Amino acid sequence: MIDKRVANAHAAVADVFDGATVMIGGFGEAGSPIELIHALIDQGASRLVVISNNTGSGEVGLAALLKAGRVAKVVCSFPRTANSTVFPELYRRGEIELELVPQGTLAERIRAGGAGIPAFFTPTAVGTPLAQGKEHRVFNGREHVLEHGIRADFTLIKGRTADTHGNVVYHATARNFAPPMAMAGTVTIVQVAEVVDAGGLDPESVVTQGIFVDRIVHIPSPAQESELIASGASYP
Amino acid sequence: MTKDAPAIGWSRDDIARRLARDIPNGWYVNLGIGIPELVARFVPEGRTLVYHTENGLLGMGPSPAAGKGDPELINAGKRQVTALAGASFFDQATSFAMIRGGHLDLSVLGALQVASNGDLANWSTGGSDAIPAVGGAMDLVAGVKRVFVITQHVTKEGEHKLVERCTYPLTGCGVVNRIYSDLAVVDVTPDGFRVVELAPGVDFAFLQKNTSAPLLAPIS
Repeated sequence: MIDKRVANAHAAVADVFDGATVMIGGFGEAGSPIELIHALIDQGASRLVVISNNTGSGEVGLAALLKAGRVAKVVCSFPRTANSTVFPELYRRGEIELELVPQGTLAERIRAGGAGIPAFFTPTAVGTPLAQGKEHRVFNGREHVLEHGIRADFTLIKGRTADTHGNVVYHATARNFAPPMAMAGTVTIVQVAEVVDAGGLDPESVVTQGIFVDRIVHIPSPAQESELIASGASYP
Repeated sequence: MTKDAPAIGWSRDDIARRLARDIPNGWYVNLGIGIPELVARFVPEGRTLVYHTENGLLGMGPSPAAGKGDPELINAGKRQVTALAGASFFDQATSFAMIRGGHLDLSVLGALQVASNGDLANWSTGGSDAIPAVGGAMDLVAGVKRVFVITQHVTKEGEHKLVERCTYPLTGCGVVNRIYSDLAVVDVTPDGFRVVELAPGVDFAFLQKNTSAPLLAPIS
C-alpha cells in the first residue's frame, strides 16, 4: 500500500537543510504553495537557493521567506511585480544574489534537469547580456547558446487534487511551473486542496505522475496571496 | 476619431486597430502586456484569433465580470482573465515549446528601441539601480514566426526609438518584422527600414526627422 500523505506542512519540510536548492512553483500568486513556504519559514533553514519565476509580493509567501533572510540566491525570470518591495530592497543592499534567466530557458532548464539532460542549446538570449560568457554554437546557420539543466534538493508546489500515489491535477493557470519542477526535485512536496484514494483520478487526466511526487500535504482551503495582502497580512 | 486623437498621427487605439487589421483569421497570437493588449479589442468582425499567454493558457478571453474572477486564472501580466470555449491549460515547458518551437504565428511587443537591422531592446535601460527582469520576451522574439512592435515613434522626452543601432541591452538580434507607431507602419527589410504607410498628417520628411536611421520610401 502506497500513501504519500504526511501529517502537515511542517512535517513535509522538516528535513530541508541549510544551503539547499529549493524550487518553488507559481507564476505570481497562481500556483504559489503559500502554506508550504510558511512552514519552511518556521522550520528555519537558511542560505537557500530558490528557483522560482518571481520573487513574491507583499510580505507573505515567497516574499516573506526572502524577508526572513533565508535566501542567499534566487534564480528567476521576473523579480519585479506590483506590490513587490522585499526583493528590490534586498537586491539594492547587495544582500541577495540574482541569476536572471529568460522564462522559457528557465522552464526548459528545469524540464531538462528533471529529464536527465545536462545541457541544451537555444537561440533565446543570443546577442543579449544574458548569453555573455556562455558557450555558443551554430546549428542550421543560426547561433545558439548552451544552457544547463537544473535540479533541486526540494520542490514545493501546489495542486488541486492528488491521489495517495501522488498523481496530481491542477487548477487553471496555477499549473505553470509545477509539472517540470516536480520532475526536477530530489524530494518533491505537493500541497493539494483535495486528496483522493488511488483510483480516484482518471489516469487519462493525470498531469503530474506519482513517480515525481514524494510527499502530499492536504491543505483544504489554501490562502491566496492577493487576499492575504489585501487583508494587511504579513508572515510570520 | 477617438477621444485621445492627437494633432497628427494615430492615437494608441488607432495604432492597435491598424495592427489588428493585418492579422489573418485563425492565427495563434501572443500579445505583450500594456499597449499590445489593446490589439484584441480591434480585431475585425468575422476573424477569430487564438490568444496565447505564456503562463499557460491558449484560448485566453477578456477580463472576467466583476466578482467572477479567479486569482489562479491570470495572464502574463498577472491580471485575471477568462478561458474561452476551445481553451487549454498547460505547464511552462509546454507553453515555451509553443513559443520556442515556432508554433505561434505572431508576437506583438512594446519597444524601448528598434534598430534598422531588426534588433529589439525592450526589457532594460541598463540603469544600475533598476531591478533587471526579462520574463518571456527573449523567448518570444527568438521563437515566434513573426514579431510586430507597437510603440510611440519617439519617447515622451523626444528621443528616437527607431535607430541605427540599439544602445540599450538587447532582447534579440534581427528579430523584428514590422513596427506600428503613432506616425507610421514601417517594415524591417534586409535594406533597412521601409515605410509601409504614413499616419494622417505625417509626411515622409517629418517621419525621417523623427527616425535615427535612413527610411526607404514605400513601394508604390
